[in-house]
Amino acid sequence: MGDSSFPIVSLVVFLPLVGALVLLALRDVEAVRWTALGATVAALLASLPLWSDFDRGSHAFQFVERYDWIPTFNIEYAVGLDGISLLLVLLTTFLSPIVILCSWRSIEKRVKEFMASVLLMETAMLGVFVALDFVLFYVFWEAMLIPMYLIIGVWGGPNRIYAAIKFFLYTLAGSLLLLVAMIALYFAGGHTFSIPALMGQPYSPQFQFWVFLAFFLAFAVKVPMFPFHTWLPDAHVEAPTAGSVILASVLLKMGGYGFIRFCLPMLPQASALFTPLILVLSVVAIIYGAYMALAQSDLKKLIAYSSVSHMGFVMLGLFVFTVQGIEGAMLQMVNHGITTGALFLCVGLVYDRTHSRLIADYGGLAKTMPIYAAMLVIFSLSSLGLPGTNSFVGEFLVLLGAFITYPVFAVAASLGIILAAVYMLWMVQRVAFGEVNPKIARHPDLNLRELATVAPLAVAVFWIGVYPAPLLDVLHVSVDHLLEQTRLTSGDVAGLGWSDLWGMVRAAFAS
Amino acid sequence: MEFSWMQLMAIAPEMVLTAGACALLLFDLVIPKEQKDKLGYFAIGVLLIACYGSWKLADVETDVFSGMFVLDPYSAYFKVLVYLAGALTILLSMTYLEVERIHLGEYHAFVLLATAGMMVMVSAGDLIMIYLGLELLSISLYTLAGFKRHESRSVEASAKYLILGSFSSAILLYGISLLYGIAGTTNLKALGAFFAQGSLDNPGLFMSMGFLVVGFGFKVAAVPFHMWTPDVYEGSPTPVTAYMSVAPKAASFAVFLRVFAESLGALKAHWQPILITLAIATMIIGNVVAIVQDNIKRMLAYSSIAHAGYALIGIIVGGSLGTMSLMLYLMIYAVMNLGAFGVVILLRKGTLRGEEIADFTGLAKTNPIAALIMLIFMFSLAGIPPTAGFVAKFYVFMGAVEAGMAWLAVIGVLLSAVSAYYYLRVVMVMYMREPEGRFDLATSPATQFALVVTTVAILFFGIYPTPLIDYTKAAILQAP
Repeated sequence: MGDSSFPIVSLVVFLPLVGALVLLALRDVEAVRWTALGATVAALLASLPLWSDFDRGSHAFQFVERYDWIPTFNIEYAVGLDGISLLLVLLTTFLSPIVILCSWRSIEKRVKEFMASVLLMETAMLGVFVALDFVLFYVFWEAMLIPMYLIIGVWGGPNRIYAAIKFFLYTLAGSLLLLVAMIALYFAGGHTFSIPALMGQPYSPQFQFWVFLAFFLAFAVKVPMFPFHTWLPDAHVEAPTAGSVILASVLLKMGGYGFIRFCLPMLPQASALFTPLILVLSVVAIIYGAYMALAQSDLKKLIAYSSVSHMGFVMLGLFVFTVQGIEGAMLQMVNHGITTGALFLCVGLVYDRTHSRLIADYGGLAKTMPIYAAMLVIFSLSSLGLPGTNSFVGEFLVLLGAFITYPVFAVAASLGIILAAVYMLWMVQRVAFGEVNPKIARHPDLNLRELATVAPLAVAVFWIGVYPAPLLDVLHVSVDHLLEQTRLTSGDVAGLGWSDLWGMVRAAFAS
Repeated sequence: MEFSWMQLMAIAPEMVLTAGACALLLFDLVIPKEQKDKLGYFAIGVLLIACYGSWKLADVETDVFSGMFVLDPYSAYFKVLVYLAGALTILLSMTYLEVERIHLGEYHAFVLLATAGMMVMVSAGDLIMIYLGLELLSISLYTLAGFKRHESRSVEASAKYLILGSFSSAILLYGISLLYGIAGTTNLKALGAFFAQGSLDNPGLFMSMGFLVVGFGFKVAAVPFHMWTPDVYEGSPTPVTAYMSVAPKAASFAVFLRVFAESLGALKAHWQPILITLAIATMIIGNVVAIVQDNIKRMLAYSSIAHAGYALIGIIVGGSLGTMSLMLYLMIYAVMNLGAFGVVILLRKGTLRGEEIADFTGLAKTNPIAALIMLIFMFSLAGIPPTAGFVAKFYVFMGAVEAGMAWLAVIGVLLSAVSAYYYLRVVMVMYMREPEGRFDLATSPATQFALVVTTVAILFFGIYPTPLIDYTKAAILQAP
């Protein structure tokens, strides 16, 4: 366990914010770029000790820092990590320098504001994953909206304003309900906002039902689950490359993280009650997303819909209540971050050159840009879950876990993998192989900076694909503990069944 | 009635304000036109002296003049709020008055008189005192609303406000007299004691309660008594609009809560449903109608109606958390709304009116700092962390959930999401559209100072609200 006297978690979280403040004082555009890169690299380096000093044998939150924040209401500034948070924190710090690098040349107007927004995003996202106080969590959760709104709305494509507002309002409406549910937990859980303390409390089944409903809306919009996903393709298509990468790689994980951190351990009975619904929606998302991806002629839309499909696997894994399922879901969140983020980078790389995202405008890139094509093939194979790549391990674990408790859903979900192979290979075939499209024949291959953005991700793809044990080691004890918390009561769902629901709704309106 | 120095000390800040206003009127006669801005600094000086007095008296808990005038931490809290709003308003007015060529020193005198009226209101221990304070405030505001004499919109605003305002005052007065007829007293505490033991099935009682709701509802611009707000806000000089949207509203809410908690507390079961209906209607109408406004002053007028709806939740909840959330809400709202109007005032320069949302187009490119400040206020008004607007909403909803009215909180948050739409629209035109020409802002050290103070406050208390919360908590109304 790390030396708790040194506030290393806060350091990681706030380094990007400090970077953003420094940026505001700078005038030179190059200096702005290097400072932004420096801040993200610093956060990455600072997060490494978290990985090396993490005690993999303990499920407790580690590197905990606590200070009074608003003592009147027992609100604390409390941060700390367990295995689940740790992976997502590392994912965020790992991807942030890449996000800065990928917008090095593609963002040319208002560079300072852009870089500052990205850094603010990083702080907000890291804060979400390490917050141990619900109010703190909520502040980070919501604060993220402001820079993301600007990133999409200022630096996005032609229809950016519509997409930005849709993104903002969808997420806000969901998360405001989270706010009310959080306050309700405060009163029901003994006047505390401390997440570990709230986890250890039994709540009445009826109470769990309402709180779960509010949580569900907030997190389902973020994931996004079918049918709350409609903001996602719009946001992805309009966002600049960096925005898409942040959105796909980290932002969507906040939804899954919410389900793991709050729904399962705090509301086990309601989680059990909602399981069938969530499983059905997940499988629908997997197949629907894949079908939609199949039909797209726009590269970004294709990957956006594949995201919907992949996040369906994550939700499926979470709600099958087995170790394999949850570990697979967690791993899949990391994998999706790496692979889908990389695919969006790939789209951005060619878009910078050709200013087209239409598949029909490409063809034969393997001949003109061989390094690029190799990268595209790697990430596409990873996305469709080829053995040896990261997604295979994740999807395999999810399906394995699902097969133990819900074999029907596992079988239905595997359809999604087949479809993924179809749309991904077809896309690669049309973009990278075949006749060279004369329109794009003269563009240069990746330069060193561009290679530096995608190469680390390619390494990660194979590393996790071949040797996922280090990641799973980190997760194992935390996931075991999580399942213990859900099993405590999920055996007796008798207190809460769908048949009681009507009575509860009536009672709520009668009171 | 005995008379003592103690009594004079208790009302010393109010006397300073009134004397200052009179002095201003005298100075106005002798000071040359181009030095009129000195009158503004004089007015701020008067406010600071009075504020110091009220600050000194903050810990005193007493009532003077036979219970007509009450000094308690609750009133002191609102006094500080009103001083703050008054000082910021004058800071924001100075450049505006020059641009609009309003060279009338009375302007500042009326701000001081309105402030004095609000002091009397929040310290009133008697319905009659409330009425007196309210009228002193209202008459000053009627005049201030019409200060752009050469503009018909301003005159219309003033006339409309005068007629409807007098009407609502009369209704309020009628409610007061009915109460007097029933209880034989107009003292708030005595009324409370009377109803605590008396029989409550007097039909006149409910009529008077209804009249009080109408009267106060008009002053805080709650639906359906809000019709005057958009027109008056649009027509009035912008700094006056800023002032009207925060200070009188806060003072009226202070009185609203005091009367309903202290005097009519025993009837809570009867007025609660009425206020719940009002709050919901206010939040819905305010937020929904604000969406379609193209004029930023009208948009902010409807937004202020919506905010009155959230604040009403504080009265409905009552108790220590309800009172605290109301007070906190009004304080934070005052600062952020004054700030937002401050940016609107910046845009009034030369031929630019700066009153349409479209006037903000591309501001982020030409004046990034002004745009950033406006962005912070817009997100704060929408209640997004880490701004103080979030803290304000958070405690209001917390009060509602604690009182077992989570459904009211849910309605509130859903309408909050609606409100984000129109606040975002301002951010959107500033950041996501290209400017059509160069902006020349009406800045001066005074406005810059006011904007910096409000911005820093909104961010600081958004991230670390503890000092503000402790301050508010120490001042909550101790209702019987």
